[in-house]
Amino acid sequence: MKQEFKIIANLIEKNTRILDVGCGDGTLMEFLKSDKKVDIRGIEISKNNVQKCIGKGLTVIEGDAEKDLIQFPNQSFDFLILSQTLQAFLNPETVINELLRVGKKAIVTIPNFGYWKVRLHLLTKGTMPITKNLPDEWHNTPNIHMCSIKDFFNFCNNRKIRLDKSLALHNEKTSLIKNSNLDIKNLSAELGIFLIEK
Amino acid sequence: MNNINDIKRIIVDKPLKLDCGKIINNFPIAYETYGVLNKKKDNSILIFHALTGDQFVSGINPITKKDGWWSYAVGPNKAIDTNKYFVICANVIGSCMGSYGPSNVDPSTNKILGTSFPVITINDMVNAQYNLLNFFKIDKLFCVVGGSMGGMQVLQFISNFPNKAKIAIPIACTASHSAQNIAFNELGRQSIMADANWVNGNYSNENLSPNKGLSVARMAAHITYLSKNGLQEKFGRKLQERDDLKFGFDADFQIESYLRYQGSVFVDRFDANSYLYITRAMDYFDLVKQYDGNLSKAFVKTRTKFLVISFTSDWLYPTSENKEIVIALNAIGANVGFVEIESDKGHDSFLLNVPKFLDTLKDYINTSYLKN
Repeated sequence: MKQEFKIIANLIEKNTRILDVGCGDGTLMEFLKSDKKVDIRGIEISKNNVQKCIGKGLTVIEGDAEKDLIQFPNQSFDFLILSQTLQAFLNPETVINELLRVGKKAIVTIPNFGYWKVRLHLLTKGTMPITKNLPDEWHNTPNIHMCSIKDFFNFCNNRKIRLDKSLALHNEKTSLIKNSNLDIKNLSAELGIFLIEK
Repeated sequence: MNNINDIKRIIVDKPLKLDCGKIINNFPIAYETYGVLNKKKDNSILIFHALTGDQFVSGINPITKKDGWWSYAVGPNKAIDTNKYFVICANVIGSCMGSYGPSNVDPSTNKILGTSFPVITINDMVNAQYNLLNFFKIDKLFCVVGGSMGGMQVLQFISNFPNKAKIAIPIACTASHSAQNIAFNELGRQSIMADANWVNGNYSNENLSPNKGLSVARMAAHITYLSKNGLQEKFGRKLQERDDLKFGFDADFQIESYLRYQGSVFVDRFDANSYLYITRAMDYFDLVKQYDGNLSKAFVKTRTKFLVISFTSDWLYPTSENKEIVIALNAIGANVGFVEIESDKGHDSFLLNVPKFLDTLKDYINTSYLKN
């Protein structure tokens, strides 16, 4: 189990209703179902992944989070999860708004473009960074709206989105992100994990 | 038809009020079963057939001597595994494979009913088949499943009997027949009724058969079951057993010959009046209207788990219409999964060997059964 998924699971309360947006092959859904006894649904754009999820008996609909979240009523889930997908949307802001409309809270994780290795790659090589979390080249990456932990932190503050919890993940270690250590975490963390609500 | 004795029937003595207002009783429902009902009686799957289907889903159809219509999906170790599940399929009322339909004899006149048979609806079909649950003493089905008109029956069944199935799988269908669907059905009906041998539906009493009309209806419908790409790939402009065009109206092209063949074999197994009645039932199907314009209302009482399946190349019941069902279910927080399967085989994909579809169906049914 990925460390990220364990952290997400820790943020989620038992017996809640959850929608995993971009649920992939359903690994996180299965984990949360057995670990937290949650009522979990998924939405996923890749047919192959949807077929895998359905084969596992998971309740997943094929769809595009940018267009298809509209069918879910306001506040119909306790948590919406968006794991490392925000940067792939055409309109990340619209998606965040939808997450917070459909869910009472949302958990958003982002690969941190402010991570020092990313910065160093661009500085020394002069080409678009390729790292463990960002394995694609500039021309074939699905990540069209990369942001850093600091970017997302500021984004939420500017829009009066409450950051209930902000976590930085580096080398399997988790730490809290605060106003006071924002620049350090923005440099040292590979992944940011945020629990947000409106 | 031969081997008519191979048809199993129940006679429903409980009166059934049809949507048209007429009440029917003591009517037959023909059915077939596969597999064994277990002691807990929790392994039954009710399959609903499509327009020209029948109760013989798997194995060899004793009447036509051909494979059952859903042999790719149903049978031992198949997606719907008859080693594990007790599969029931009934012939819909209005049809011609043993259930109450226009080819039945009216005992009061000793004549074939023909067009004096009442107009029936999808709702009527489902209510009639519900009697099979009592007959088999099944309190709750494990699964209801069907494609096309079978999918419409799945939706109607759950809205009529919200607690009678654990899972429901409507495939390649719609909650409301579209203008295009109605238009194609009307084309088929007009073709049958334009045949001089139809004689206002009275052909059987006069020893006639409107074969030309019925076969043209089938040819037109058959085109709607396939995709443009599928047709192009299979037939293209290939010629039928000739080296060049013959400058006449024979079947020069393979596609013409194929359609003619499809039409000609269809008339041997299907009743023209049944075709009129069943297409009418499909056209009248509008679950949205039944629930005052809000499809979600059809499902508010159910806790059934749904899987909606559509196919990329199905233009008769396109993904968008299947998605309407998903949207209505999500709007009320129902448990619904949805997948669109990639296939170039058009609407017929659900009947054919489409491995991704069959694998998904199999895994979903088996995991849902385990999670009892």
